[in-house]
Amino acid sequence: MPTANDLKERIERALPGSRAAVEDLTGGGDHFRAEVVSDRFAGLSRIQQHKLIYDVFGDEVGGPIHALSIKTSIPGDGR
Amino acid sequence: MTNEEIRAFLENAIQENKVMLFMKGTPNQPACGFSARASGCLNALGVQYAALDILPDQRIREELSGLSGWPTIPQLFVDGELVGGSDIVLEMFESGELAQLLGVEQAEAPAPEEPQPQKGPIGLENRLG
Repeated sequence: MPTANDLKERIERALPGSRAAVEDLTGGGDHFRAEVVSDRFAGLSRIQQHKLIYDVFGDEVGGPIHALSIKTSIPGDGR
Repeated sequence: MTNEEIRAFLENAIQENKVMLFMKGTPNQPACGFSARASGCLNALGVQYAALDILPDQRIREELSGLSGWPTIPQLFVDGELVGGSDIVLEMFESGELAQLLGVEQAEAPAPEEPQPQKGPIGLENRLG
């Protein structure tokens, strides 16, 4: 069962230079919320930004990770 | 129904309906907090939309994610294009972008409540299978 810290490390490894804050919403290891700040999101639509995060986990989203709520932002855009 | 027929049905639903929401449950009886949030945003804007419950056959979800490239439910399509899941829909609702995209005036309405996942190891979605 993944932990919030596992998800954080995997996101930050997949998107070098990014910062991720991941919360386990239920404590059950299957509902997570990730807030990710990365330069890689510049110029991408929200859909594309969120897909970058989903792609880190592949089939695990919808499987062991039942829900992954995502908020993305670009450093310094004030959101 | 074969998987090909399901996919063709989904593609047709996306093309035929200007605003098409795929969700768990129905707008009146959403079966998941995230689906409730997405349909709640559309309800708050007072737009007409089509909704399809993906729960009756798990192949609906598999085929939908296969064609959209989006792994989770809900999924909102407008004019045949994937707009996003519940996070993006709520973000766009709060910023007014969703009203703009749908061509409606946004009344001063509070955003639908955050989904409250059940505390403990067994979440809502587990029970629903």
